[in-house]
Amino acid sequence: MKSCLIVDDSKVIRMVAKKILQDLEFETEEAEDGKAALEACQRRMPEAILLDWNMPVMDGIEFLHKMRDLPGGDQAVVIFCTTENDIEHIQEALEAGADEYIMKPFDSEIVQAKFSQVGLI
Amino acid sequence: MKPEDFDFVAKTVKERSGLVLTKDKAYLLESRLMPLARKRGLNGLEDVVEKLRKKDESLIREVVEAMTTNESFFFRDQKPFEQFENVVLPHLLKARANKKHIRIWCAAASSGQEPYSLGIILKENQSKVQGWKIDIIGTDLSEEIIQKAKAGTYSQFEVQRGLPSKYLVKYFKKKDEMWQIDPSIRGMVEFRVHNLLENVSQLGTFDVVFCRNVLIYFDQDTKAQVLERIAKQMPSDGFLYLGGAETVLGVSDKFKPIPGHRGIYGLAQAPTSAKEI
Repeated sequence: MKSCLIVDDSKVIRMVAKKILQDLEFETEEAEDGKAALEACQRRMPEAILLDWNMPVMDGIEFLHKMRDLPGGDQAVVIFCTTENDIEHIQEALEAGADEYIMKPFDSEIVQAKFSQVGLI
Repeated sequence: MKPEDFDFVAKTVKERSGLVLTKDKAYLLESRLMPLARKRGLNGLEDVVEKLRKKDESLIREVVEAMTTNESFFFRDQKPFEQFENVVLPHLLKARANKKHIRIWCAAASSGQEPYSLGIILKENQSKVQGWKIDIIGTDLSEEIIQKAKAGTYSQFEVQRGLPSKYLVKYFKKKDEMWQIDPSIRGMVEFRVHNLLENVSQLGTFDVVFCRNVLIYFDQDTKAQVLERIAKQMPSDGFLYLGGAETVLGVSDKFKPIPGHRGIYGLAQAPTSAKEI
């Protein structure tokens, strides 16, 4: 079973994503901001990270840069999942090392399509 | 809907499009025709059927279009497009080196995602196809869906199904809440309304034919006829793509699977080189 860390400051979004990913047979862990996500990655690097952009304490982009420097951080597949839905933000996320990008609102079909696209399923 | 009305509509749809509506699809028929009845100010399905019996051509066309499935997304199933880029295209670039002309037909192009995905692949391989003329023709039965394909404008939901974000950034522009494909890709595809039940010779010949996820809606005879028509429009070393749930086996002896490349078929009479790419 592959693991996915869900990083989002919204409990509702985390709950929805968790349900979708568990249906796709992922083992999930949750973090409510970039700092908590970084700590989770230090304990155990997940195979996939579903990452929000705007979060308190540490945002998604800062987390991504720091996570990539951790041992095994270059292996994790990072999929941004955010309300920022313009070309500039998508470009910035990809340049920062994200593998894919989901624009909110999302549903199970979109999550499945994106995870399949990057070879996670 | 009365059983005799269902039979009449199903017969009309089959004659016009090849689509087979079995009795268990009665709910589908009703759910798709009710909006049409409302749009036309008709008093329910009985009125629709009455007009169909009187051969109201524009209504017949609308009913047939309403019953077609227009599910489509970019780079659908990924693998066929990887095969196109890594196997079929390199093969054709060698095989057609003299005339430098390749023709591709997306036979059930729907809202355009399939031909535009091919356009993106060709654009990404620009250096290899420099100086080549590559025609991509997208056809569909539905006039309405062809208009959508021509517009090349997609919802946020549509651009998130199959399209890698790197291509979204590179080849799309956001226009209000929609995403518009770049004119450089849009200009690579010609769209036309075409019914697969009709003669296709006016479209010319094609080196590659994508006819994915359409045969599943036809009965055996119609599948065989469509495959025969496609075969006539292909050179002996052409390639046919079918959907993952479709096959030529037991349907037509015109095509044979290409070993090692699931979903791609060559003409049964093809030279060895094309069968073993």
